[in-house]
Amino acid sequence: MLKDITLGQFFPGNTIVNKLDPRTKLVLMIAYIASLFIARGLFAYLFMFVILLTCITISKIKPKAILRGLRPVFIIILVTVFLNIFFIRGETILFQFGFIVITTEGVVTAAFMASRLMMLIVSTFLLTYTTSPISLTNGLEKMLNPLKKIKLPVHEFAMMMSIALRFIPTLIEETDKIISAQKSRGADFETGGLIKRAKSVLPIIVPLFISAFRRADELATAMESRCYHGGEGRTSMKILRFSAADYIALLFGAIVVTIVVLLGIYF
Amino acid sequence: MALIRTEKLSHTYSTGTPFEHVAIRDICFEAERGEYIGVIGATGSGKSTFIQHLNGLLKPTAGFVYYDGVDIHESKHRTKEVRSKVGLVFQYPEYQLFEATVFDDIAFGPKNMGLPDSELKDRVYEAAGFVGLNESFMQKSPFELSGGEKRRAAIAGVIAMHPEVLILDEPTAGLDPGGQAEIIRNIMNYKNSRDATIILVTHNMEEIARNVDKIFLLRNGYLVSNGTPAEMFCDTEKLAKMGLKAPVAAIIAARLRALGLPVKDGIYTIKQLQAELNKLKSKGGVYA
Ligand SMILES: Nc1ncnc2c1ncn2[C@@H]1O[C@H](COP(=O)(O)OP(=O)(O)OP(=O)(O)O)[C@@H](O)[C@H]1O
Ligand SMILES: [Mg+2]
Repeated sequence: MLKDITLGQFFPGNTIVNKLDPRTKLVLMIAYIASLFIARGLFAYLFMFVILLTCITISKIKPKAILRGLRPVFIIILVTVFLNIFFIRGETILFQFGFIVITTEGVVTAAFMASRLMMLIVSTFLLTYTTSPISLTNGLEKMLNPLKKIKLPVHEFAMMMSIALRFIPTLIEETDKIISAQKSRGADFETGGLIKRAKSVLPIIVPLFISAFRRADELATAMESRCYHGGEGRTSMKILRFSAADYIALLFGAIVVTIVVLLGIYF
Repeated sequence: MALIRTEKLSHTYSTGTPFEHVAIRDICFEAERGEYIGVIGATGSGKSTFIQHLNGLLKPTAGFVYYDGVDIHESKHRTKEVRSKVGLVFQYPEYQLFEATVFDDIAFGPKNMGLPDSELKDRVYEAAGFVGLNESFMQKSPFELSGGEKRRAAIAGVIAMHPEVLILDEPTAGLDPGGQAEIIRNIMNYKNSRDATIILVTHNMEEIARNVDKIFLLRNGYLVSNGTPAEMFCDTEKLAKMGLKAPVAAIIAARLRALGLPVKDGIYTIKQLQAELNKLKSKGGVYA
């Protein structure tokens, strides 16, 4: 079912990671991804891996959920590995058959690339699995606040994003329902040529759009009748505040980045 | 032999995630040809989940569904075949309308079954007739109909497939009393004309009381009891504990009984109550 797609899904929990300020987590994720690109050599990668594993353990995310989330990007990783193995020409040849040449360098680069990609994706899961969409956009809005000075509509952007995030599950659920309803009227989405298949999405798309517009309309009315008028002078119910845990986490983040840089230089 | 039968049917949503949820467990259900069956239960008790198994939209996580004695998941072909025989009208079916005209929308199901155009027209008009949409509606866009008319068009879309089993998930929810009665009448007409099996999910006990032969009561995903309306509605307090309200007539009868009136058991419609009270009255004496 569509519903089982977990990419970017929030799992409510009660761990320290769940309780960290969304801004902290955003910064840490960016720092982690940057470190991944700085990291050179086996030790640095191993170190990054251990860090990730520790974070996953602390946040009590089930390995199953991570694997399920990785499933949709598996193809991309596979393609990357494939390209690297076959197209990087190094010195030591491992295998040769006609024009196909596989070198040690290619295999090594492919392995590094794949693990970097995977760690990158999993680190974003760490953020989205432990942070509710609402607090994520809240954090983002706060972080981008300075941009308001140059007249960027930060609040509107954040509001749009939280509405979008809020409605993704609803729309997925709705799509599921419409698919079921049309299936029980004998609609067939699985067989037939390209044109037939393209046509067969019509019974899904039309009701979905109609209901999306209806929802948008209702939401706009609901927001207006509660006097929503944009970001000016708007206070928030949940005020984000850094706690001791946030400062400690950020400190750890800084240490990790430093270690990665040092590992790259000395090994 | 039962036309449609489930054996220890269970379904778990989102297996393996923190949202894992067992919606129905070990449901054994049977419906004969031509039977009118009511499925009741409080919100979230698993009614919608259950009925979506009967035409193979959901695959059981455990257990089986048999149609005419054959497992409906035996092969893909079998599932598809069953889908045309077991028509399912979803909760709020008006949101699945999509064609440019009401005619085309009702024709969608029969067309998918591969019916020739010549037969199509008859089917559509006949189905529209069952739900009381006359010819003037046929070339209208479904989106310019009223809520109740949309609902009827959507039901016609399923009826046009001539299902042997017609399942309806709260077909009267959100309609005015007149509209509700009309839809219930339409369903009865369809049943009588094709000797179809009807499975009706509803929160409206009066609807159930007046029409069905057998009731299945779900609670927290379990099938807690089943029986005739007379059996099911005799214990009004037990129903109340399940978050359900017995039909008014059954409640009044129970109250009168509690007051010491010799009202007989098994009363659940206003008509029966009226007859019983008249009988008591004609006996005269203290009850007159
Ligand atoms: N797609 C889904 N994913 C996860 N859980 C679901 C899904 N659909 C239903 N559920 C859960 O399964 C349980 C049974 O739901 P179901 O829709 O079958 O109830 P219902 O008896 O039809 O209720 P209602 O009277 O409100 O329509 C509910 O607790 C619901 O939260
Ligand atoms: Mg339901």
